[in-house]
Amino acid sequence: MRIPLSWLREYVDLPATQTGRDVQAKLISVGLEVETVEQLGADLKGPLVVGQVLTIEELEGFKKPIRFCTVDVGQANGTGEPQEVVCGARNFAVGDKVVVVLPGAVLPGGFAISARKTYGKVSHGMICSSDELGMGDDGTKGIIVLPPETEIGIDAIELLQLVDEVLDIAVTPDRGYALSLRGVAREAATAYGLSLRDPALLDVPAPNAYGYPVRVSDACGCDRFTARTVSGLDPEAHSPIWLRRRLQKAGMRPISLAVDVTNYVMLELGQPLHAYDRARVEGAIGVRRAEPGEKLTTLDGVERTLSDEDLVITDDRGPIGLAGVMGGANTEIDETDGTTTDVVIEAAHFDAISIARTARRHKLSSEASRRFERGVDPQAASAAAQRTVDLLVLLAGGTADAGVTEVIAPTAPHTITIPADHPDKVAGVAYGRETVVRRLQEVGCDVYGQDELNVTVPSWRSDLTDPNDLAEEVIRLEGYENLPSTLPKPPAGLGLTERQRLHRRIGRALAGAGYVEAPNYPFIGEQVFDQFNLAADDPKRRVVKLVNPLSDEEPALRTTLLPGLLGALRRNDGRGSHDLALFETGLVFHPREELKVAVRLPVDHRPTDEELAPLDEALPEQPRHAAVVLAGAREQAGWWGKGHPSDWADAIEAARILARESGTGLIVRKGQYGPWHPGRCAELAVVVDGAERVVGYAGELHPGVLKTLGLPARTCAMELNLDVLEQASAGLVKSPHISTFPVATQDVALVVDEGVPHADVEAALSEGAGELLESIRLFDVYENAEQLGEGRKSLAYALRFRAGDRTLTVDEASAARDAAVALAGSRTGAVLRA
Amino acid sequence: MSAPNKSYDPVEVETLKPEEIERMRDEALAAFAAADSLDALHEAKVAHTGPASPLALANREIGALPPHAKAEAGKRVGQARGAVNKALTGRQAELEAERDARVLVEEAVDVTLPYDRVPAGARHPLTTMMERVADVFVSMGYEVAEGPEVEAEWFNFDALNFTPDHPARQMQDTFFVEGPKGDHGESGVILRTHTSPVQARALLSRELPVYIVCPGRVYRTDELDATHTPVFHQIELLAVDEGLTMADLKGTLDHMVQSLFGADMKTRLRPNYFPFTEPSAEMDMLCYVCKGASVGNPDRPCRTCSSEGWIELGGCGMVNPRVLVACGVDPEKYSGFAFGFGIERMLMFRHNVEDMRDMVEGDVRFTRPFGMEI
Repeated sequence: MRIPLSWLREYVDLPATQTGRDVQAKLISVGLEVETVEQLGADLKGPLVVGQVLTIEELEGFKKPIRFCTVDVGQANGTGEPQEVVCGARNFAVGDKVVVVLPGAVLPGGFAISARKTYGKVSHGMICSSDELGMGDDGTKGIIVLPPETEIGIDAIELLQLVDEVLDIAVTPDRGYALSLRGVAREAATAYGLSLRDPALLDVPAPNAYGYPVRVSDACGCDRFTARTVSGLDPEAHSPIWLRRRLQKAGMRPISLAVDVTNYVMLELGQPLHAYDRARVEGAIGVRRAEPGEKLTTLDGVERTLSDEDLVITDDRGPIGLAGVMGGANTEIDETDGTTTDVVIEAAHFDAISIARTARRHKLSSEASRRFERGVDPQAASAAAQRTVDLLVLLAGGTADAGVTEVIAPTAPHTITIPADHPDKVAGVAYGRETVVRRLQEVGCDVYGQDELNVTVPSWRSDLTDPNDLAEEVIRLEGYENLPSTLPKPPAGLGLTERQRLHRRIGRALAGAGYVEAPNYPFIGEQVFDQFNLAADDPKRRVVKLVNPLSDEEPALRTTLLPGLLGALRRNDGRGSHDLALFETGLVFHPREELKVAVRLPVDHRPTDEELAPLDEALPEQPRHAAVVLAGAREQAGWWGKGHPSDWADAIEAARILARESGTGLIVRKGQYGPWHPGRCAELAVVVDGAERVVGYAGELHPGVLKTLGLPARTCAMELNLDVLEQASAGLVKSPHISTFPVATQDVALVVDEGVPHADVEAALSEGAGELLESIRLFDVYENAEQLGEGRKSLAYALRFRAGDRTLTVDEASAARDAAVALAGSRTGAVLRA
Repeated sequence: MSAPNKSYDPVEVETLKPEEIERMRDEALAAFAAADSLDALHEAKVAHTGPASPLALANREIGALPPHAKAEAGKRVGQARGAVNKALTGRQAELEAERDARVLVEEAVDVTLPYDRVPAGARHPLTTMMERVADVFVSMGYEVAEGPEVEAEWFNFDALNFTPDHPARQMQDTFFVEGPKGDHGESGVILRTHTSPVQARALLSRELPVYIVCPGRVYRTDELDATHTPVFHQIELLAVDEGLTMADLKGTLDHMVQSLFGADMKTRLRPNYFPFTEPSAEMDMLCYVCKGASVGNPDRPCRTCSSEGWIELGGCGMVNPRVLVACGVDPEKYSGFAFGFGIERMLMFRHNVEDMRDMVEGDVRFTRPFGMEI
């Protein structure tokens, strides 16, 4: 809501010294969000005067038509001689009154005016358009032609009210009343402790039977409808300068007198109005719900198909307006040929929810609907109608007809009972009863009672419904800035949960291992599943879809982190970072087997757990995943020697890091899945409650997939389900017993078939070695067909034996080693390397 | 060895003459002193102390002396050998020390060489910023609560007093999720537009009193540009207990900005409107850079707060009793306060991030400098 300060001063006697910034600060402190204060004409400097065009000489031979004019500016130029001015506009004639800027003046934007030679003539100033004066759009797209009665030579800065300050207020959805000068003036009056001249306090004639016939058949949708008529308007009458200027400053475009007046009254009182050309309305005006499928062409020229929830204004022919949103084209006040002489004025009050739904259904937000949605003062309707009538009579010479129609559904004022100290308890401040009562009265409430206050809220504050609403009024007017600062004492909390700590540990561990975190949007396109070689029945292909995605290319939510993370990898690679190790942890989304609707539960009491459970069942599964991707060098080459490219082993090691941080044993075995290289893919599993569960995959990605996705060769990836990993956690670490007896080390080299996994050999060795084995480590893998035979490989292990209670003898260690080798032999066919 | 010769005069034995012994000794000492390396010293050692050395040979002659002469000759030779061995040990230590010093010089390296073998990783500053803010409250006794990102409308809106037709609900630019009937018909499921549904979940599932914070990801249908992102992060706080007041809210906010930005920080509340709080307020913090000194002071403009003196943080207020009722909390007995703000914004003004896109694109050059903590 744009509030010109000069207009605001009409209702509150703000001290003359108060600037827009001062008023801004005051209004902010009482809760109006004044975002900016626009300084109109701040850099404007005269002389800027009214002149009358005496002669026009059309200059020939230029690319565009140019006029050389003489203009009578009275004594404003000091000589009384006609002012010679060159002008490129054409919308004026000899005898017109125009605005002339004289040499020495400065126009908005620092544009200094001096006599200068142009188009072969010397131009001593300029004839001005509204644009050049920073007045905003007036619809003329040319120079300003003033009313003929304007006096020659007078100051146009004053005449056009070019210097002003405009407060721009972002009105919150609860404060419909602040979408008016009246509402903002009330806040300003309270903030300054001044009295308000309420523009809605008008003498209004009592309704009678001679008014324009109105039939309201939906009293819930429309609880008040005032109709007034004015006859004999001068169709040639134009909005006076002051009216046009106020509309412009408030951000509206002047259109025609009748429309301008209704807009003006709406800005002043907050009551949306509509003026119908009486000649174009047939029969009684009605208010009803639309028939489904009924059509109406609104003022914006759009034909709209109506729903049976839309409230419409009708005449004998059918709908003539979308109630509270926009009028219809068929009864529009004529703007162009100026034939409207009689008008019907509508000042009605419509149900906020109904208007909100209609505006939303038709994607049509108007000045009227914005106000009705947020609450309009129903008691202001008659005053607004009266104000409109008065202005039309004043400005267009019409006659106010005696007939006054008012259809009013009875409503009781809203009363709230609160303990007198309720605001004190909410704020934590002892305001005392007197202050509470005074503040509520300033808001416009009627207050009765001692310890219990019966508070009747004013008709313009439909937002005040609950005790805390009243508390807020008191606290904001007493000043939020005066609230003390106290700290409550929460009970000792339990700190972070194990799960939360795990998520942090994982982030630190991966970052410590050189990975950079790259969180990505969860939006994906389903074509990625084909690119990932996922099987047709892969559960990851079932996605949660958005009704209104930002991009039709990515209408679904991710079931895997890899598309986003690989996108980040590609982006980095494209920007010249080629050695990359990225990670992400985040939610993925899997629809339930059966999709359900999450019903809207009541809010007037706590739903039962049985009622709440279906809400969660309507939500997709949202497990947290962790993923890494790698490309380029894992270890750089340097003065220390060669580097090392990131490879499948790094990806699998990342999974081991996560397992280690979650205190879980990770099972790594050969696997094959979707985007991974079939020969370089590990399936990752953990044991949860005695059952093995696959948690993810790691390794090098399939060269074909990399090519399709435009990713660097040998890109590697790992992804696993962190939630399952966490479930597999062994819990608290049990401290190992540390033996101080000496260690006995035995190395063995075993030859096995190429296809035998190290993990099997190691497991057999460990089991066979028995409890004397302290640790085992693979330290070499060797393949040499000549020495070992075709298709064979040698695995070399270091075994460390130690007892807790004695020094092991060589024989004991050797026996344990032999047992280990024997078991490995029987399990995997391993033989000691000769 | 010669056989004992009883008629022998030791003086007659040339090698045992005192001047001979002295000569042998002096020659040895000179040789050791002249040895300029451990190898040379070793040679001199063999020559002058070995079994074939003059002193060793002379020593052997002592046995041939008559008994009366043995003692004197023995003493003489013994003294000489003692002096030689001492000189040898001394020279040996000298040369070893020289060698050790030389080796240390030779082993010197260029310590300015880089060692970026595995470049450092880093956590994303949005993650660490959320943790840092959460930790302020965890240390006070608050717990961290979590909730789903795909959420039921009831939790996101209705339970928080956003009625179905309230303009505030329309202002949230919500992503809607398809239901059983595809994109026709409402599923009642959305991407949460704020972390506030966790308030309702916490009140429904936890014992009172409740003191929680909830950091997390939220979604609105804004296109990505320099100042907007459809996916962003908030942190939410909720306290519900007996007798909580707006002064407690103010104190908690003050405590937070002091913990994050310094002891002389404070907050400012301005009336505002949110359906789930009443009274509601917009919260600003004092500009931590200029501390307000740039206001009305064109000579010292502040880029962080655009010379406003205050930085807008987010929304807050007293939990609307209607929310308490919907979550089964007796508003006659309990009251509460809540606030929430955007992590991206805080990161932007705390670390001079100029473009929202830097925070969402995952460029390693942006993230690396933030390291492990923020």
